[in-house]
Amino acid sequence: METDLIASLNEVKAGKSGAFERFFAMVEKRVFAFGLKVCGHVEDAKDTVQETLLSAFKALPNLDFKDSKALNVWLYKVAKNSCLMMRRKSAYQPEQELSLDQFMPRGGKEGEPIEIPDWSNLPDDALLKEELREIVRRATLALPTQYRMALVLRDMEQLSTREVAEVLGISEQNVKIRLHRARLFLRQELERYFIAPQRRDSHLSGEGNEN
Amino acid sequence: MKTDRSNCREMFERLSEYIDGELDEKLCECFDEHLQDCEPCQRFIATLRKTVELCRESGADSPPKSLFSLEEIAAFKVAYQQAALDLARQRGE
Repeated sequence: METDLIASLNEVKAGKSGAFERFFAMVEKRVFAFGLKVCGHVEDAKDTVQETLLSAFKALPNLDFKDSKALNVWLYKVAKNSCLMMRRKSAYQPEQELSLDQFMPRGGKEGEPIEIPDWSNLPDDALLKEELREIVRRATLALPTQYRMALVLRDMEQLSTREVAEVLGISEQNVKIRLHRARLFLRQELERYFIAPQRRDSHLSGEGNEN
Repeated sequence: MKTDRSNCREMFERLSEYIDGELDEKLCECFDEHLQDCEPCQRFIATLRKTVELCRESGADSPPKSLFSLEEIAAFKVAYQQAALDLARQRGE
């Protein structure tokens, strides 16, 4: 897919028939997927996608990319800037910092083990998976933007740490910090779901459902 | 089971790097060693891995069909072609 992106752009630059529409479809899909995950709603995402595509298509004739990865990173960068611009225009909540301590498991006296429920072995159940995806989606949207972007780019769009750093304009170390806290936040939300009384018996390992 | 929690905080900070395979070898060995005897950390890591797996699955969902009509796509094409023309003029082509 990575090779296709740059090959497709080269076809556009060469003026091949139908090339723009093919390239547009590839880029839109990518930017739309990102916008949806970051903005949450199709309508909000549409504004971001429109802004991103317009900026991108105006700038593209003037740019050369060494490979598809570079083009991909640049596209996410434009999309990220559009998201941040939309955010400034709307009435989003102010950015919050997530501290590591808020996710540290507590309980038990020193020297005693901390009770951590293990919900990692899940049954292959389509309904449960659907429910979990919804929890992940909502929890992602509840994250402060700087953490959400790192999580979406790294874990959902599957960019490397270095690529995420490039898109966000921060150090790799900072990406790791944001990503870790974002994951801890999501993990906490998922744990809340699994320790709810009606779920406890059916999904926790060692309580009748161990694989 | 009695557990020494003194290492847990230090580990806790870098768990994502551990599961992503981004820790250096020496530190990774320290983690492995600690994990052998620390059941809470084992469970925490298992559920953190599951969280990342669920994120990846959720990220693979395809977005709905195109947001734009054919006319709108044509407008994007015009914007692109105009930018390409402007660039050619600047370069004196």
